Amino acid sequence: MDTATPDRSAGAVTPQRASFSEPLALRCGRSIASYDLVYETYGQLNAERSNAILVCHALNASHHVAGFYADDPENIGWWDNIIGPGKPIDTDRFFVIGVNNLGGCFGSTGPMSLDPSTGRPYGASFPLVTVEDWVAAQARLADHLGIDRFAAVMGGSLGAMQSLSWARQYPERLRHALVIACAPNLSAQNIAFNEVARQAILTDPDFHGGDYYAHGATPGRGLRVARMVGHITYLSDDAMASKFGRQLKNGSIGYCFEPEFQIESYLRYQGGKFAEYFDANTYLRITKALDYFDPAFEYGGDLSKALAAAKAGFLVVSFTTDWRFAPERSRELVQALLRNQLDVTYGEIDAPHGHDAFLLDDPRYHALVRAYVDRIHAEIAAGAQ
Amino acid sequence: MKGPRADFAVIAGRIRRGAKVLDLGCGDGSLLRHLRQALDVRGYGIEIDDAKIPACVKNGTNVLQMDLESGLSGFDPGSFDYVILSLTLQAMKNSEHILSEMLRVGREGIVSFPNFGYWRNRIQLAMGRMPVNDDFPHHWYDTPNIHLCTMTDFEAFCAQHRIRILERIALHEGREVTALPNLRGSLVVYRFGSSAG
Repeated sequence: MDTATPDRSAGAVTPQRASFSEPLALRCGRSIASYDLVYETYGQLNAERSNAILVCHALNASHHVAGFYADDPENIGWWDNIIGPGKPIDTDRFFVIGVNNLGGCFGSTGPMSLDPSTGRPYGASFPLVTVEDWVAAQARLADHLGIDRFAAVMGGSLGAMQSLSWARQYPERLRHALVIACAPNLSAQNIAFNEVARQAILTDPDFHGGDYYAHGATPGRGLRVARMVGHITYLSDDAMASKFGRQLKNGSIGYCFEPEFQIESYLRYQGGKFAEYFDANTYLRITKALDYFDPAFEYGGDLSKALAAAKAGFLVVSFTTDWRFAPERSRELVQALLRNQLDVTYGEIDAPHGHDAFLLDDPRYHALVRAYVDRIHAEIAAGAQ
Repeated sequence: MKGPRADFAVIAGRIRRGAKVLDLGCGDGSLLRHLRQALDVRGYGIEIDDAKIPACVKNGTNVLQMDLESGLSGFDPGSFDYVILSLTLQAMKNSEHILSEMLRVGREGIVSFPNFGYWRNRIQLAMGRMPVNDDFPHHWYDTPNIHLCTMTDFEAFCAQHRIRILERIALHEGREVTALPNLRGSLVVYRFGSSAG
């Protein structure tokens, strides 16, 4: 059972910045001459440097994974329920790193950043980055922090794609990959939702071909719609029904286009909130990175061949009501791992919340992660002797 | 049966060192842990119970949370040396299907189940009651055991389904019973293969 209490926080954290001046070749054929990554750390790196866990973020999140900011105590890390002292990812034992990916909008170099060659924001000229590019950039951050081999790389959703990619790209550099609510690639339906989101942004008159910064504008309408579409896919039909049903905001129908149903009001609120802090160019690029992710593609669709180089132990977790990345997709991954005779544990959690379940604190899910991470700890301790 | 899982030692005695093993309904993963530690076996377990999954992880067992009733479609043919089904067959709905799946995925199957033909069960039935004893601790209304059989039943099933029995070990209180096994054995372990080819 999960014994962590909600107030067991990693505490006040301060984001840090690492600058890299060696060019990074990207999958799209272009390269980025220099870049910064913003990251946070929790817990202490041990003397052997063997207890580091890298947490990769999904679509809309950041390096702020756990704890809070001293000057903004309400701003709690997005995965704080699982990371902290005594929590399943126990920061009393592990050195946990959260990093904002390349192309992000929370401080790492991205479309909003100034291009040193022009002195203006990159905007439309910022390259399309992939999951593999992010992982390559994260590996440089690991070098910078003196970490040769992670105890684990973990993530949910798009973050899980990064941990999976780590196991392929740098098999020697991680003991374990935690792959939660993942899919080995996007389905046509997944890509379709992403394309609707992108079209909302691209057709917003304030988009200005991606160089809206120069116009003092933001494609807020497009971003709002994009977020609304995305949000629908994160929740299960049942979760939405039980949370909102057909509840009316004002108790009666007004025959108008103002938000009348609670769900409309909720989506508008979520969309509006998101548009205030997220950058549209980043959103476009992250949805593309999702669409492009397909490790099996270069292997004729054979995922087991794509994972042949992997050596990590795997924890794969799916959620029964996740229709965005359904359990069948995780089972495909498990099958490919079995074909490579890798160590794998697979949990299929019967949670009602849909894709978002990976961010919630279902006790079965957290008990599994806790047990797995405890085992990693025992393994490291045995290795140190 | 007396003692924790009297069938484990018998099963372990049938497994080659370094074999690849799939344990269906692996519980807390302790059989696979034993096989790994004693015989260097490479194993995976399948378990559906949420509560047992973390226990497997603690035992260092590779566990996959899946429902056996839907078969073993995620596993390639012949991908294991042994597929084990210990004390689970009698509680399954699709018992016929799982036995054929075991021989699709594994080269050999090992199954253990409580023998309904054990004399004590026969006497309780003769007295007009469903057996309730150490091997069948449940009542008819709350038992998970829905497909009970005797050794003779199981062997007839195997003959009909072209399953070749390679070894049969009847046990009572952890000791092997050789004379009148279907009467004197309360727990039975079969090792079997496919009779085709």
